[in-house]
Amino acid sequence: MLSLLRQSPLSARIGLGIVILNCMVAIFAPWIAPYSETAVVGNVWEPISAQFYLGTDHIGRDLFTRMVYGARNTIALAFLTTLLSFLLGSCLGFVAAVKKGWIDMGLSRFIDMIMSFPTLIFALMILSVLGSSIPTLIFTIALLDSTRVYRLSRAVAMDIEVMEFVEVARLRGEGLWWIIRHEILPNAMPPLTAEFGLRFCFVFLFIASLSFLGLGIQPPLADWGGMVRENAGAITFGIFTPLIPAGAIAFLTVGVNMIVDWFLHLSSGLHE
Amino acid sequence: MSTILEINNLYIEAFSEEAWQPIVKDVSLTLKKGEVLGLIGESGAGKSTIGLAAMGYTRQGCRLASGSINLDGVELMGASDEDLRLVRGSKIAYVAQSAAASFNPSHRIIKQHVEAPVQHGIMSYSEAQKEAIKIYRRLFLPNPEKIGFRYPHELSGGQLQRAMVAMAMSCEPQIIVFDEPTTALDVTTQIEVLAAVKEITEKMNKAALYITHDLAVVAQVAHRIMVLRNGRLVEEGETRALIRKPKQAYTRELLNVRSLREEKNESEKMDVILTVKDVAATYTGEENVLEDINLTVRKGRTVALVGESGSGKSTLARVITGLLPATRGSINFLGQDLPLELKHRTKDNLRRLQMIYQMPDTALNPKQTVRRVIGRPLAFYFNMHGKKADARIRELLSSIELEPDTYINRLTTELSGGEKQRICIARALAARPDLIICDEVTSALDQLVAEGILDLLQDLQNKTNISYLFITHDLATVKAIADKIVIMLEGKIIEQGAKREILTPPHHEYTDKLLSSIPEMDPDWLDNLLDERLDSYI
Repeated sequence: MLSLLRQSPLSARIGLGIVILNCMVAIFAPWIAPYSETAVVGNVWEPISAQFYLGTDHIGRDLFTRMVYGARNTIALAFLTTLLSFLLGSCLGFVAAVKKGWIDMGLSRFIDMIMSFPTLIFALMILSVLGSSIPTLIFTIALLDSTRVYRLSRAVAMDIEVMEFVEVARLRGEGLWWIIRHEILPNAMPPLTAEFGLRFCFVFLFIASLSFLGLGIQPPLADWGGMVRENAGAITFGIFTPLIPAGAIAFLTVGVNMIVDWFLHLSSGLHE
Repeated sequence: MSTILEINNLYIEAFSEEAWQPIVKDVSLTLKKGEVLGLIGESGAGKSTIGLAAMGYTRQGCRLASGSINLDGVELMGASDEDLRLVRGSKIAYVAQSAAASFNPSHRIIKQHVEAPVQHGIMSYSEAQKEAIKIYRRLFLPNPEKIGFRYPHELSGGQLQRAMVAMAMSCEPQIIVFDEPTTALDVTTQIEVLAAVKEITEKMNKAALYITHDLAVVAQVAHRIMVLRNGRLVEEGETRALIRKPKQAYTRELLNVRSLREEKNESEKMDVILTVKDVAATYTGEENVLEDINLTVRKGRTVALVGESGSGKSTLARVITGLLPATRGSINFLGQDLPLELKHRTKDNLRRLQMIYQMPDTALNPKQTVRRVIGRPLAFYFNMHGKKADARIRELLSSIELEPDTYINRLTTELSGGEKQRICIARALAARPDLIICDEVTSALDQLVAEGILDLLQDLQNKTNISYLFITHDLATVKAIADKIVIMLEGKIIEQGAKREILTPPHHEYTDKLLSSIPEMDPDWLDNLLDERLDSYI
């Protein structure tokens, strides 16, 4: 592991640093934030000062505190959603690849059907009908995102499934779940891990977009996308407050992407 | 005869584990016009590396460290890219082992053939096309006027290989480097390609470097032979002298492969463990890939299933194991009629019939350790875990001649080809089977390593009375290990019987063709055979 890190390119290390920084902030949020997430502590859109490190937002809450808690909320939410979408998508993908025949055909066409809906519209539709509580949000986005994971994991599993060691397991009499768990999964990890990083970014941006549109994380909970929306009006006054949460979104996405790039490079085997 | 290639004190290094390691050490050779030099040795000996170095080329991660490579007056060591480009293709050409490495599947063959002479400014497009057709005719390709206009996938393996040789000839180079050109082909196809090689080297007076691991083949075409091992020269000499009286022990080892083992008789009293009766099978439902298959395997005996590519040997293995259900007939194993489909068979059925594959790299899960690989059948079939399993795994490792402490915790990717194949054998043995189907288990291995595997299999058979159904296209192996031979052609069994019966005439016509195609160590063998068969080619 350490030797892997030693050989990593600069971009990967920067990416790793960014992700670790964000995670630390998210985990230690209550200890880092000087104020409370929801308390109004100053005037509207105050500039950066020693009292308010990033100024205040459109109501007068400390922006730094909101950013720190926003990191926690958004990252945690994105992580859980990606995890769920991965579990769902890869499970179905592996089953389709190993079973083949009608099961593969049925699953794939069903997934195609879901994929054919524009994701934003679909999500907005479900959320406006069922209300955007946190669980609904997680399940909706996970369902929509799992379709992409399904596609990838099915493709990866099909490559592995034709290897003779899978046939050896079949000939032994091993069942479907054993083959998926012990033969397919360990060999599918590298591309799937890289994909996890990518999907995390997309989910993160998706939640931010939904919040921007008003159907994601509801106020007063801090969330970067929502904060961009709330503070958008400041631009007309020449105050750059909304750029701060927007910049943070970009920053984290780029960081994750750098790590993902490195992972993909490792798992592609081209570096050998 | 003047010298056309002179290599002196060549060192080639490869970058591995953060340092430059020498892979070719102090090799010198000279090649005269019209001479064929054979380079032989096992995998990793450095044969291909030297062959490519003759063109001033090294693979990724390698470099020409020191020494001199003089090709007809041009020094290739340290030469500029432009100088190398002028020499390659026009003065020296390369014929690779696989057509996939030489031909772009999206272009017609003749288009790729004329590329080199047109690029080097030697001929115009139409002239080059005419020359190409002339060469195709000389190399005995069928339908020479039209064949060049096909795509690579429309030619058979042997035809494609000859088209590659023709392409190498397109600029009339003075030297051709043949890199294992017949290794991937059947014996019968090999003859055609060797004939083409002889035509070029003898009648057209070209010099050649012939790289191979098969001594019998190189004895047919080379004037001199160089034996390589681990990047160093072991022995060099005139073909006939070297074969008759090799000086070095290693050379003698290479010459002695495929020694015969004791023969066992098949008597009626011996238990029959597998009976395949009237089996037919199909992939598409329309055409039968197997028809009227009838064979028996007795306890403690080896039945060799022989045939060329496409004859149906591996398909028969799949039918017997149940992966491809037979459409007709029955399979009786250990007194019971086996369900034709895999999923209907009991665990015990599955346990007693094991299979070992050709490519040990893909037959082992790269993420598993040796302990896991061998331990799983023990856990699955016998519910053996913990200390008991550990002891049994060590026992099995010893029986396959691998030191248990060294190997038990290794990942499968950390093993050599021969070691991997041994682990596959141990995995099969762990189930205590009655019959093991060996699907071309030595075909992907070097001669000496393969010999070790065959010895091991024979030992195990002597100790435990296991039977083998040995699938192979290599007749030399069959001669060495089989008790009974079954010959297949196009999905049918043409001839079967005890080894001695099959190998002595009179034969079925196809058996005759197969047997006579095995290269023998006699340097005149190919010439004699071609004279006999001349009619069938023209």
